[in-house]
Amino acid sequence: MPTALLIEQVLNGLQLGLTLFVMASGLTLVFGVMGLINLAHGSLYMVGALVTAYVAGSTGNYWAGLLAGIGAAATLGALVELSVLRRLYGRGHLDQVLATFALILIFSEGARMIFGAAPLFLNLPEALSGSIALPGGARYPVGRLAIIAVGIVVAIGLSILIARTRLGMRIRAGESDREMVAALGVDIATLYTVVFALGAALAGLAGSLVGTIQSVEVGMGEPVLILAFVVIVIGGIGSIRGAFVGALLVGLVDTIGRISLPELFGLVMEPAAATRVGSGLASMLIYLVMAAILAVRPRGLFPADA
Amino acid sequence: MTELVLEARGLTKCFGAVRATDGASLDLRTGEIHALIGPNGAGKSTLIAQLAGAIAPDAGTIWFAGREVTGLSMAARARAGLGRTFQISSLALDLSARRNVMMAVQGRLGSSFRFWRRARQEAALVTPADAALARVGLGERAHIAVGTLSHGERRLVEVAAALALEPRLLLLDEPMAGLGLDGTEALTQLLAKLRDECPILLIEHDMDAVFRLADRISVLVSGRVIATGPPATIREDPAVQAAYLGTAA
Amino acid sequence: MRETVVGLAALAALLLAALAAAGAGEVYYINLASKVAIIAMAGVGLNLALGFGGMVSFGHAAFFGLGGYAAGVAAFHAFDGTLFLGLLPGTDAMPIIWLAAVLVAVLFALPIGAISLRTSGVYFIMITLAFAQMIYFFAISWPSYGGEDGLPIYIRNSFPGLDAGDALTFFGLAFAALLASLALTDRLTRSRFGAALSMAHLNEVRLATSGVEPFPIRLTAFVISAAITAWAGALFADLYGFVGPSMLSWQRSGELIVIVILGGVGRPLGPVLGAALFVLLETFLGGLTQHWQLVLGLILLGVVLFARGGLMGLLGGKMAHD
Repeated sequence: MPTALLIEQVLNGLQLGLTLFVMASGLTLVFGVMGLINLAHGSLYMVGALVTAYVAGSTGNYWAGLLAGIGAAATLGALVELSVLRRLYGRGHLDQVLATFALILIFSEGARMIFGAAPLFLNLPEALSGSIALPGGARYPVGRLAIIAVGIVVAIGLSILIARTRLGMRIRAGESDREMVAALGVDIATLYTVVFALGAALAGLAGSLVGTIQSVEVGMGEPVLILAFVVIVIGGIGSIRGAFVGALLVGLVDTIGRISLPELFGLVMEPAAATRVGSGLASMLIYLVMAAILAVRPRGLFPADA
Repeated sequence: MTELVLEARGLTKCFGAVRATDGASLDLRTGEIHALIGPNGAGKSTLIAQLAGAIAPDAGTIWFAGREVTGLSMAARARAGLGRTFQISSLALDLSARRNVMMAVQGRLGSSFRFWRRARQEAALVTPADAALARVGLGERAHIAVGTLSHGERRLVEVAAALALEPRLLLLDEPMAGLGLDGTEALTQLLAKLRDECPILLIEHDMDAVFRLADRISVLVSGRVIATGPPATIREDPAVQAAYLGTAA
Repeated sequence: MRETVVGLAALAALLLAALAAAGAGEVYYINLASKVAIIAMAGVGLNLALGFGGMVSFGHAAFFGLGGYAAGVAAFHAFDGTLFLGLLPGTDAMPIIWLAAVLVAVLFALPIGAISLRTSGVYFIMITLAFAQMIYFFAISWPSYGGEDGLPIYIRNSFPGLDAGDALTFFGLAFAALLASLALTDRLTRSRFGAALSMAHLNEVRLATSGVEPFPIRLTAFVISAAITAWAGALFADLYGFVGPSMLSWQRSGELIVIVILGGVGRPLGPVLGAALFVLLETFLGGLTQHWQLVLGLILLGVVLFARGGLMGLLGGKMAHD
């Protein structure tokens, strides 16, 4: 593989991985603090993308759309936490899976009623729509680099938030001992709502970012949701660091697999079949990686409470 | 003639930097009640968990009923005849006392891969289960869901389940905790009767019961057994008094 | 007791509905009854793992779909006169196809279960989902059997001595298969094996303390559960004359869980009620509004939050243990 293509693919892998990290960090935060498994995280991502696309489309300003998208996801997240999810904290995972599966159905149909079934498109702001030259001569879109940058900023921001701030201290305490936090007089109900809204905002942000490189439509949340779950399961559920490592692993494995597997099969098959089989098997690859990791480390790479 | 039923040598288990047990050694002979005592945090729970197979020791060996069981699972040790009860009783609360005890009978018979006959109608399961419940005085309460039984009754269901294994050893983890005076007295009498049938390793905080029942006492301090001997000797042992009885008094 | 009455009444209602539809010459409604029977059967399979064994599999669509593909691939080779993997001839005989579906499910469920059961809790939910996704993407990418487009079954497979092409006869087969799977799970759950399985669910430590290893018990239940669901999948493919990756999708796994929960987790006859309710909602609500899934979502949410025993909990009373 030529160097330019390799660099491009690694960048694509990083971009996918960091997008997944933004998505997965919210998911893993919510699980770590509240013990809640939230399938509707993908719906919050979808809402972020849809609202961003709608507002950006009607105002012509991506940044206004971005803010609206994040705000809408956070608000909706807080509302859902207050009305439904807080009843589920003490329940088994089965109830949580089911209730949040129900939320997916409700949000998807709700979004279809409001925004329609047709895909929306989101244009990048002028400053990010160009491309720059990579070493080796190929050009790479600035927008994707911006997503990588945002992902890194979120990673750094979250680690500072958790390690250094008052909220972060409460989050860490909440992860290790819920009763202790309550005993210390922290208003645990409010803490949970804030954490959930934060997780929802991250999902909304991920949706707003991805909306710039793919079409925005109902149903876009679930494939990403499944990938985000793969990420946090590989990393160890509840661990932000695990989510970061898992996200980069998934992003790179998936991207590199999609490029190299068809080529690999091309050595022994006719080109059309090699492309289909290769890309299909590439889709299986991350699940294979996940199964292999769990077979050896049943609680992921960085078990949160070990 | 007494013979060795259980022999644990040099059991060590570390959690991070903490040595929960640190070369603990212990044995149990037929016909005796051997009490294990020690201050809180001495490592009693970790030691029991290693004996029962819930956690694997980092170092040391466990011999039980004539063979080494160090690497065996909890279920394999139960099949070899290790019956146990828990500090916080561990039963299926939705099921009746009888169903809980029947599981032990089923485990002893070693045949859980039978898919057709109704377990509830199998005399081979029901009769021994009811007999075990009758021995602990719960014959009339066999059909009641464990969740609605009293705390003391649940402890007795656990003892019945352990007896239904036809054990070669009973490992009882604080069986008196939370029992009233009557309950403690009844259980003390039952254990005294069981002694000849099957040796008992008793972990207990109730010192009256310990000194009444035990033939030998071992004292665990900081993960090590610092003394083993008859109650009178242990009572007099200066090291024990310093490390344990002294702090308790 | 009341639970059994409610469940048997639901079965009788299903049978009567099919007969009434046949009397009125309404093939559409006979097929709808067949669909209820088949989905219920898939739910009966999942209920064994999820309800009785406490194993929340989010990947049972894999087995449903594998059963479907067993039917589709067997029919494809029978139609084509070619050999499967160059070894096995195709067949259009349902009994052989059902056996093949069960065998395929066992072959897949053994390794999937063995690896997945090393984990627990959320990890188990997610790893079963991951395995199902693997099979889903494999089906999409493997061109020999239709890939993304799926595989049509041009002529319904046959059953010796019966005209399986007739809608009511096919309903009879599906209904009999449902009854068989219900009878099987009823015996299983009351046997020694069932006692060990429910103890693995209710209190794993008690099971081990009783001298029974939890892992082989769980794995066996997982495999049997997969086999029943695959049998239902083979019938499903024959009902619609089609098998495609959608039978393997994660939404399908979610629907199967929904059916089990709607009916009542761990209730032997719960999946019959759950499947009936699900298909009725899908058909009649779907006829009224294209947004029927919104209503389904609200109902589901209501069941989880307020009616934890599911439909069987409402109609049949509290869960009976003895």
